Amino acid sequence: MTLRFNDETFRGDYTYHNSAAAVRRFPFPFDQDSYMYSVNIEPHRPTRAGSVFEHRFDVDEHYVAEMQDRAITLADDPLRCQSLPHMELAGWDFLELVMVCKSEDYPDMFTLHRDGDRWHWINRPLGIDQRFTFMDTSTLPCGPLEYIGRQTQGDHALLDQREGNLWMDAGIVTSQADWSLDFNIGMNFFEWHAPVPKAHELGIFQRALKFLTNVQQGKPSRRLNWTMTVNPRLDTSPENYHKWGPEKRTITPENVGAKQYLRVELQSFYRLPRSNALVFPIRCYLISLEDLVTVPKWGRRFHRVLRDLPDELAEYKGFAVNRSMIVDYLARFDDGAETSAGIFPD
Amino acid sequence: MMLRVASVEPLSPLVTKFRFVHPDGAALPLFSGGAHVVVEMPDGEMIRRNAYSLVSDPMDGSGYEIAVRREDLGRGGSLYMHTRVAEGDLLGVGAPANLFGLDLRARKHVLVAGGIGITPFIAQIRQLTRLQLPFELHYCARSRSEAAGLALLPDLPQVHVHISDEGNRMDPAEVLSGQPLGTHAYTCGPEGLVAAMADAGARLGWPEAALHSETFLAPPPGKPFRVTLARSALTLTVGPDQSLLEALEAAGVDAPWLCRGGVCGQCETAVLSCHGRIEHHDHWLDDDEKAAQTKIMPCVSRFQGQDLILDR
Repeated sequence: MTLRFNDETFRGDYTYHNSAAAVRRFPFPFDQDSYMYSVNIEPHRPTRAGSVFEHRFDVDEHYVAEMQDRAITLADDPLRCQSLPHMELAGWDFLELVMVCKSEDYPDMFTLHRDGDRWHWINRPLGIDQRFTFMDTSTLPCGPLEYIGRQTQGDHALLDQREGNLWMDAGIVTSQADWSLDFNIGMNFFEWHAPVPKAHELGIFQRALKFLTNVQQGKPSRRLNWTMTVNPRLDTSPENYHKWGPEKRTITPENVGAKQYLRVELQSFYRLPRSNALVFPIRCYLISLEDLVTVPKWGRRFHRVLRDLPDELAEYKGFAVNRSMIVDYLARFDDGAETSAGIFPD
Repeated sequence: MMLRVASVEPLSPLVTKFRFVHPDGAALPLFSGGAHVVVEMPDGEMIRRNAYSLVSDPMDGSGYEIAVRREDLGRGGSLYMHTRVAEGDLLGVGAPANLFGLDLRARKHVLVAGGIGITPFIAQIRQLTRLQLPFELHYCARSRSEAAGLALLPDLPQVHVHISDEGNRMDPAEVLSGQPLGTHAYTCGPEGLVAAMADAGARLGWPEAALHSETFLAPPPGKPFRVTLARSALTLTVGPDQSLLEALEAAGVDAPWLCRGGVCGQCETAVLSCHGRIEHHDHWLDDDEKAAQTKIMPCVSRFQGQDLILDR
């Protein structure tokens, strides 16, 4: 295996860190010097070798530590993984998608042998060697969604499609930006997006739903979303707000560069074959401000984006309280020079 | 993808089954019961694209099967399939998409088919059997000789055949009454059958969301008409056997589509100016939108009048 996995934590002593290579491949989400909502969906096809867009399910240096963090969260709160009874077929579809993609994209780490319904899965980074019967849950230690979700970075929502709408009827969610699967389970697309400001008036959700209900097999899509998190914490859930909410008050002008993180979600959408459900992987990437500004273009642009962001968006994304400290910090890295188009470093 | 026609098998005087396989023997993407594929037929200058429900096993990627009824008064797609397609031919076939899927929450599934409307249910029965979910199917046909579905249906106690000629016409109220709570019913067939099922369901107090119907349409032929495309700066004539969408494609104008049957909403196009009457044939726009004549679904809808200018 060419990839070395970090020994790190996402809670307590927060030893999470990005290598220099991980900083360079970070999915910086702003392609211009200002930000407003857009549907910003593009085909999820292999893009740029080495980038997080190269493979369908990106596996990086944080893989093993993230899976350990997920196990801790699930042990504390089993309701972070739920599947309504009619979603088991979609769970098998999702398990197949991940196993096929990972074994094709990372043959040194993952192997899948299939002989009819008799499958053999090897996950070397996590030391798993499992023989099972496809579509027979009794041959796995848990349901298919939980089984593969414990081996796949990112949260995963399984959306049932019916009545021209999408319904959040299953998911495994432990690295979320302040939303709750237990609260949203069974809701439709408009219901679970109800708290988002401004976007409803712009008609964004109508257009996004029309797009998503027409996502076709073999043609996945992706988009980037972002927010801000104090400390590299994956589990910023409403359930545990009492643990991470107060940490927002620990930011000072001296530590803001090290403790304030940009949190980026690589969201993708796949149509699943047997169930006709959609799977919505939401992969979280974290980068500290002091690492981010090592790429001069990003430092300049991020300063301009946050300085000019409408107040309600800073409020909704939960960093209004620290905004001025963040902007002051970033201003030191903005010399006013022009920035190049696109999200990648110069 | 280009697939090879592996077999052509007449099921009745009007209905023929076609089986497609990958030319290299590769497995095809699996699908869900009720899914359709769009088949491309190169016909002279134009490419016809017709959507057909898959009737093969959704869990079997070795091939796709469709059953095509010959429509002598249609635009020519089904005639093309019946008269010009032979074993060994290569045809373009799109990925499966499903606009008539099962609601897997249902405690029981009641499937009601009229005539060629049996096709989406053939794959659904296989899916339901595999998932061990309770169902019953009612297949209605005028006469036994026309009942091509008999050759496709498995011999199962859940399958009920109603042949009008033989005096056992189906009674929608009888089918729907007495079903357990949480049952979903699905109808595919002539409009009269869909309406009768909806009517019986309403009278028996069924929730609307538990009554499904496949309202997929073939684009109807009609009189030719002219249309101006503002962004492309083009004026086209849509032929009598051509849909507006096909005319756009023939002119090299990009228009998205998925179902080509007035259901999915992908091809929705803004109308910039309209002096005349749009013949809306779709199930996507609501009545107010249709009356306003500010949107059109080019896959099935047509126009009569002086001029029509579209945002394409």
